[in-house]
Amino acid sequence: MFSEMFLKLWDNGLIQLGVWETVYMTVLSTALSYCIGLPLGVILNITDKEGIQPLPLLNRILGLIVNFFRSIPFIILMVAMLPVAKLIVGVSLGNKAMIVMLVIAASPYVARMVESSLKEVDAGVIEAAQSMGTNNLQIVWKVLLPEAKPSLITGAVISMVTILGYSAMAATIGGTGLGQIAISYGHQRFNPDVTWCCVFLTVIIVQIIQEAGNRIARRTDKRYRA
Amino acid sequence: MSEKVLEIEHLVKRFDDLTVLNDISLDVHEGEVIVVVGPSGCGKSTLLRCINALEEIQGGEIRLKGEAVSKKSRNLPEIRQKIGMVFQSYELFPHLNVLDNITLAPTKVQKRSREEAAEEALALLSRVGLQEKAGSFPRQLSGGQKQRVAIVRALCMHPEILLFDEVTAALDPEMVREVLDVILGLAEQGKTMIIVTHEMQFARAVADKVIFLDEGVIKEEGDPDQFFDHPKTERAKEFLRTFTFERKHSHS
Repeated sequence: MFSEMFLKLWDNGLIQLGVWETVYMTVLSTALSYCIGLPLGVILNITDKEGIQPLPLLNRILGLIVNFFRSIPFIILMVAMLPVAKLIVGVSLGNKAMIVMLVIAASPYVARMVESSLKEVDAGVIEAAQSMGTNNLQIVWKVLLPEAKPSLITGAVISMVTILGYSAMAATIGGTGLGQIAISYGHQRFNPDVTWCCVFLTVIIVQIIQEAGNRIARRTDKRYRA
Repeated sequence: MSEKVLEIEHLVKRFDDLTVLNDISLDVHEGEVIVVVGPSGCGKSTLLRCINALEEIQGGEIRLKGEAVSKKSRNLPEIRQKIGMVFQSYELFPHLNVLDNITLAPTKVQKRSREEAAEEALALLSRVGLQEKAGSFPRQLSGGQKQRVAIVRALCMHPEILLFDEVTAALDPEMVREVLDVILGLAEQGKTMIIVTHEMQFARAVADKVIFLDEGVIKEEGDPDQFFDHPKTERAKEFLRTFTFERKHSHS
């Protein structure tokens, strides 16, 4: 029923390793992308002309940089950023380098997700906070981020699934994980069952991320829960 | 006369080319209740928003106990703590329960201890009949309850002056009363307040002074009985007529 290749991969634990590598790359890249993207998104939101600290010039410059990185297709960005990866982690191959690439590609995306989540926070509530004398830092920490929490979590789930997709593409230039198994053992050596197994496992991972994210988001949302 | 809490001198507010408030001057003394009435779009709400520096002003000056209130003031957060504002649509923090809504600013802005702020919040809540709602979230409350919480939230900051911006306009009729009763109670305690409202009976009962605002200028100001019974200007008469109803033809 299964091809010889599939059984060999399975018995040697390579598929299991692929799952682990994919999960590891995705989670670590998402976490690092939020380290950059979350503050960037907050700055984009508050320096907007409707924000609590309008700084049009800074907003324009940051917006341009974010748009620049977001408009490059990931596969091209990856190739272009190989020297940067080498500079940061010393290698341009393997998962360490792939994580650098994923973070470069995902941070601007995360920043826009965060920015739009924060935009949903009711302006009236922010004014109420201002009218009580809160300063901008307190508004960010005590009003903007807490009020946007459910939306931020939903955004993080979407970002994570996107990064998972990117991580599979990284296989084409030397990344590992399920993407690499599907391409080199499934596609290139004509073992469709290996490819489909990778597809199936990816779907499961996405489902788990999505379901866990939904639960956390629901728990933090105090607006509608009866 | 008691001490001046708020002084407004020649205030001008423009949105681009549109002048919304034109040369407004007004003094509010300690313990005084000023009610601002006028047709929609006359600038009533904008006036309150200017007093709290939620809007930038284009001319004139606003001072709270001698300190300039302006979006450009360096100590704006400190001044704003002394100006309580209650909004038409409550503006409670949806993700915080009632108690945390009230104690957020006292603990984070005024750096008061959580215990002390919570104790005062509960005392104030029980005064407005909501002590058992301390742990509820805003979505679990009726409009009237939300607005009473919003009033308590403003009171807990110990403001020098309270601003009420059409606080009953979004409420069902039977909830208007419970909110207005709270405000009447505050007036009796001698709180200094500026109230923008469309409830004329209430205005008359609560006001020490009525301001009639129309097209961005103060058309009339004075004693409430005088204003409601014998308005001086034709514009005010016309405005007050919109609140009375008569049948032209009775059934025979």
